[in-house]
Amino acid sequence: MTQASVHAAIEPAETPITPESWGKLGMWIFLAGDAVGFGTLLASYGAMRATSADWPNPYDALGINLTAFMTFLLICSSVTMVKALEWLGRGDRLRCRWFLFYTAVGGALFVSLQAYEWSKLIHEGLHINGNPWGASLFGTSFFLVTGFHGLHVTGGVLYLLSMIRYVTNRPDPAASYNAVEISGLYWHFVDLVWIMVFTFMYLL
Amino acid sequence: MAATAMAHKHPNYMAIFWWLAALTVIELAVIFMPLAKFTIGVLLVSLALGKAALVAMYFMHLRFEVRTLGLIAIVPLVIATLLIFLLLPDGFAVHHQTSGGKKPAASAPAKH
Repeated sequence: MTQASVHAAIEPAETPITPESWGKLGMWIFLAGDAVGFGTLLASYGAMRATSADWPNPYDALGINLTAFMTFLLICSSVTMVKALEWLGRGDRLRCRWFLFYTAVGGALFVSLQAYEWSKLIHEGLHINGNPWGASLFGTSFFLVTGFHGLHVTGGVLYLLSMIRYVTNRPDPAASYNAVEISGLYWHFVDLVWIMVFTFMYLL
Repeated sequence: MAATAMAHKHPNYMAIFWWLAALTVIELAVIFMPLAKFTIGVLLVSLALGKAALVAMYFMHLRFEVRTLGLIAIVPLVIATLLIFLLLPDGFAVHHQTSGGKKPAASAPAKH
């Protein structure tokens, strides 16, 4: 059985939306569903905040210097992700793997900084059921939204590490291009969501 | 598959990176500007949507995909916007109660 026939057995027909693969369409549908989840969280956050008389000023309570750096870090990791795909497209698997590794390191650093931020804020009195600055829901929503995003970043780091192995196991760069592109979609989505979280939960 | 790899367009990613970095710096500057809170809010949301659009269009290659995929991507934004409008009446009701000094209906004594 040739590789083409195996591929055909998995994907019996091309989708007109993403002719490259069904996997890409599947990832986009998953991301759309996930975006509804994040959208609901942020819209609920907005509703709670708008109806609260003593909602703290986020950038006074949370501080934005560290999170601004974390935002910059995620943007950088998105660039290394597209560079990984670009190098794979040129047939350079080694550079692709290095850039996937840089992206995973960026994600791991982001999660580590988030853990540091959480421990610092908890030490200052921000808890899931109360805080010294005002409405108790402020802490609840902060930990829920940033925690949900942090889990996505953690999952993304593991996903990227598995992609390094995936590329390593396939000598033909073209054989792993589609899978790397799909993993890139997930990673950029994580970056995109953080852009919204940073604006709504820290700056507004 | 190789043809797919060759056919995929790669825009100038560094230019997109600098745009995203610049928009982030502008966001940080906006919150300290002597503007009305509503104006700052509108500016921040516009800048965030602009950054999100750059990521989706160029890093996620949505600009080079078929329009249907763009429609799939835009659906969550539409649902989130609808949800905001669904929550607005509730928000206004609570705001009216708290700013008017009225107690919530649940705390009023029951009449028999």
